[in-house]
Amino acid sequence: MSDSYSLKLYVAGQTPKAVRAFSNLRRICEEHLKGRYSIEVIDLVENPALGRGDQILALPTLVRRLPAPIKKIIGDLSNTERVLVGLDLRPRRPSM
Amino acid sequence: MAKHRLERSEIQKAPTGIPGLDDITNGGFPQGRPTLVSGGPGSGKTLLGVSFLVNGAQQYSEPGVLMTFEENASELAQDVRSLGYDLDALVAQKRLIVDYIHVDRSEIEETGEYDLEGLFVRLEHAIKEIGAKRVMLDTIETLFGGLKDTGILRAELRRLFRWMRDRGITAVVTAERGEQMFTRQGLEEYITDAVIALDHRVHEQISTRRIRVVKYRGSTHGTNEYPFLIDRDGITVLPVTSLLLEHEAPNERVSSGLKSLDEMLGGKGYFRASTVLLSGTAGTGKTTLAAQFIEAACARGERCMYFLFEESPSQLIRNMRSAGIDLQRWVDKGLLKFHADRPNRHGLETHLLEMHHAVEMFDPDVVVLDPITNLMAVGTQSDVRAMLTRVIDYFKTRGVTALFTSLTSSTQSLEVTESMISSLMDTWILVAVNEEDRKRNRWLYVLKSRGMAHSNDVRAFDITDRGVVITPLGKNGKAVPVAKARKKK
Repeated sequence: MSDSYSLKLYVAGQTPKAVRAFSNLRRICEEHLKGRYSIEVIDLVENPALGRGDQILALPTLVRRLPAPIKKIIGDLSNTERVLVGLDLRPRRPSM
Repeated sequence: MAKHRLERSEIQKAPTGIPGLDDITNGGFPQGRPTLVSGGPGSGKTLLGVSFLVNGAQQYSEPGVLMTFEENASELAQDVRSLGYDLDALVAQKRLIVDYIHVDRSEIEETGEYDLEGLFVRLEHAIKEIGAKRVMLDTIETLFGGLKDTGILRAELRRLFRWMRDRGITAVVTAERGEQMFTRQGLEEYITDAVIALDHRVHEQISTRRIRVVKYRGSTHGTNEYPFLIDRDGITVLPVTSLLLEHEAPNERVSSGLKSLDEMLGGKGYFRASTVLLSGTAGTGKTTLAAQFIEAACARGERCMYFLFEESPSQLIRNMRSAGIDLQRWVDKGLLKFHADRPNRHGLETHLLEMHHAVEMFDPDVVVLDPITNLMAVGTQSDVRAMLTRVIDYFKTRGVTALFTSLTSSTQSLEVTESMISSLMDTWILVAVNEEDRKRNRWLYVLKSRGMAHSNDVRAFDITDRGVVITPLGKNGKAVPVAKARKKK
């Protein structure tokens, strides 16, 4: 489990949801991935064309580029458990 | 200007450029508002939307954005290329942007609040990039399969339609037809300006596509179901705007191609833009009489369209050559065009639509349908009559003189079998054969011909290697042998 995590957080401006998502992400990474993650924040208001590559629809969207495969988590990342499942840091529970 | 617009009774329209659809919607879709197009799988809703965008970009200088949630962009481009649309070229000319949003539930985790701002940002970016006036969302309902929080989704869709309205975007939103509602997710709740329903039915193994304007706020529109066709030239809707019987009736006459037959028709032949029915049993020479008419029309420099439902064009050309009529030279000159089709290949409406379409393209002065009887076997009586009425009205409004041949069965009375269509015909000529002295004699008479003093004689006619020869019957009521008749002249 020494993979390094390359994460992208897509937002559109400094909305409350975007700010919440970023602070939640920082907290989760510090707790679970300390020293082996990088976060790039992409503001689509400034760079709308960048939304195409990762098929961005909902905002905020967190995209895990590495390790493969690509994972997407949408929302303000307020449910830590879900975020960990989404990043494959916790096994997915069978019944959803 | 804005005030002036508000005072108008009919709202502004964005023409779809789809033949027929602009007629039944009185000019197109509501400008600056979304229109919902719903239909089952394969009903043609994507193609309708793409036509709206492509025509907008090509004919009305309104660039468009195609946001697709379903197929990927290259598959879509391929699908519409078979119908004559080159999306790549329009994209290269910056008149169209195709954006593709794929949502796969299995690779998305949802946690906490979100919105669809990503869609808005992308849409806005695309609209600004080319100055788009039109947008198509195809099929936005698939998002319901990709996102779990339908509450957020519904609120965001509501916001999206309002957002497009505020920007004056004319949008087409496609949706799957639902069981109880027009759309599976009830999108008609959000889009209330205009709702179009498409349908694809198969009856007795023959498929027909139909379109209906369910709702159109602030505009009059046709309320019927109208058949439509998808072919290599795109979509065509058969309108019925001409059902009002308001076409002009010209006084001009056109020769039947035979002096002797013209004589029977008040001395001058048929009226231009009238309908002529030639009926008779098999082998009576109906097609030859039709060919004479074509020959004369082409010789006058008129354009002729010949619809064949029994023979192939080359077979017909060969057969007519033996009667001294060379149709090939008119084909070579571009004055005569054949359109051959098997009657049972599709439904009656599709046939008539194809004819409509072909006539629109070729713009003929004369049309021949040979034989109309084969076509009549494809539908029910009332259907046939209704559709024939439409096509005849269409011919008349275009000023086309139409000649129909009809094959009657030998066991039935000639006049009875045609009762269904005869009232639609202005001139009706019967052709028959009887056997006498071990010879088959052909004869014909003009049963009716509206608006002219026509002959009530029964006359003999024969097909020679120099065309049709019509002669009065001899004193004993028998045909004067052709050879003799010729000598008299």
